[in-house]
Amino acid sequence: MTTQKTERRLVVPGETIVSDDDKLPGDFTIKQGKDIIANRYGLVDDSARIIKIIPISGVFEPRRGNTVIGRVKDINFSGWNIEIGGPYGAFLPLSECPRFINRNDIAEFANIGDVMNAKIWGIKKGGIDLTLKSRGLGKLEGGRIIKINPHKVPRVIGKEGSMINLIKNSTNTEITVGQNGYIWIKGSEEGEKKAEQAIKLVVEEAISSGLTEKIEKFLGGKK
Amino acid sequence: MPYTKRPDKRKMDEIRGIRAEVGIIPNANGSALFAFGDTVAIAAVYGPKPLHPQHLQEPDTGIIRCVYNMLPFSVTERARPGPSRRSKEIGLVSGNALAAVVDLKRFPGTVIDVEIMILQANASTRCAGINAAAMALADAGIVMKEMVTSVSIGKIDDKIVTDVVGDEEYYSEGEGSTDIPFTITSNSKAITHLQLDGKIQVSRFKEAVEAAQKACAKVLDYQIRALKGEKIDETKK
Repeated sequence: MTTQKTERRLVVPGETIVSDDDKLPGDFTIKQGKDIIANRYGLVDDSARIIKIIPISGVFEPRRGNTVIGRVKDINFSGWNIEIGGPYGAFLPLSECPRFINRNDIAEFANIGDVMNAKIWGIKKGGIDLTLKSRGLGKLEGGRIIKINPHKVPRVIGKEGSMINLIKNSTNTEITVGQNGYIWIKGSEEGEKKAEQAIKLVVEEAISSGLTEKIEKFLGGKK
Repeated sequence: MPYTKRPDKRKMDEIRGIRAEVGIIPNANGSALFAFGDTVAIAAVYGPKPLHPQHLQEPDTGIIRCVYNMLPFSVTERARPGPSRRSKEIGLVSGNALAAVVDLKRFPGTVIDVEIMILQANASTRCAGINAAAMALADAGIVMKEMVTSVSIGKIDDKIVTDVVGDEEYYSEGEGSTDIPFTITSNSKAITHLQLDGKIQVSRFKEAVEAAQKACAKVLDYQIRALKGEKIDETKK
């Protein structure tokens, strides 16, 4: 296996990535004659025959199966409207809630302003449907929410959760990361602050190598 | 006296020193600063996000909502804050100039908010604004076919000049002054915005288009370099 240490190229919309008949256009690229042209600002992945662009900025783009964190914005007869960032609002129907809820008082389970960890169950025209029917989903009590660029989420989590576990363990906090870039942190006031700073640092230095050491140093330094 | 010398001693086809930078507004999804000499514009992009009020939503496409705003301190005499007839019109044409290259169909029923603020004005503000907005859109990760670049071409007396300044706009001798802002796309070289203030012969207009294409190619280079992380400031030279 080849290690991917080579720096990826940054491209701008309209830029020709490569001029080769053998290559095929992938995500956010188009083919015009021989040229493969970028349609979005981001890094080029040209390791395979299909050339694609890895976005580095922009709002959350919802996909089915994403686990997201959101805040309850409104309650109606059939469920909760939840704000998850991105282009559309989301709705969590009462029927997608695994435990018994009194239909006459659904605010008992989750009120406006409460934080929910849910999964995207379906995307319809102009709306997203959420569900709580899966392991680890539900209401998040207390804590705080911070928002980061959703394209940096994989960095914050790290390989098999190494980065987030490091932050969790050394700040003694509970952290849940939503794929929409919303992160819920709960712990002591000190720990929450420290964890937030560490996450912000990860986001800022997402491209630099030796990131784990840097974070370790940051977390160990001011403890 | 024929018009032979420009007030700032530039060549007829020379652009003022450019300043370009992206990511200047942390809270926005994308942002940029663009300056032609002492005309400075910043732009911020928010979205795509849900559009309210609902009756403005388009069921098959997203929309661009572009606001152009000249800040009170941008000109010598304080500009009255708030939207004016002029700023509404410029916002509309700037939005249209940008919408031509943006893939709005990806998120129907949403809006992309583009806010252009003029910090300092010395003519060509809408061009600086569109350049900044195009960079901000790219920085915001919006899917777009290509970039757009804007530049103003003037006819002062009988000379075709690139990147008009305030003093030239008020030139009244000979044939007087004409100001033509162009917005041109980066690959297909299509014109997505064109206005004309003054009068010009058809034969001279062709010259103006050619001058605009030449100038836009130069400006595009700055936009791309800024997007790739460079902080360019040549306004002092």
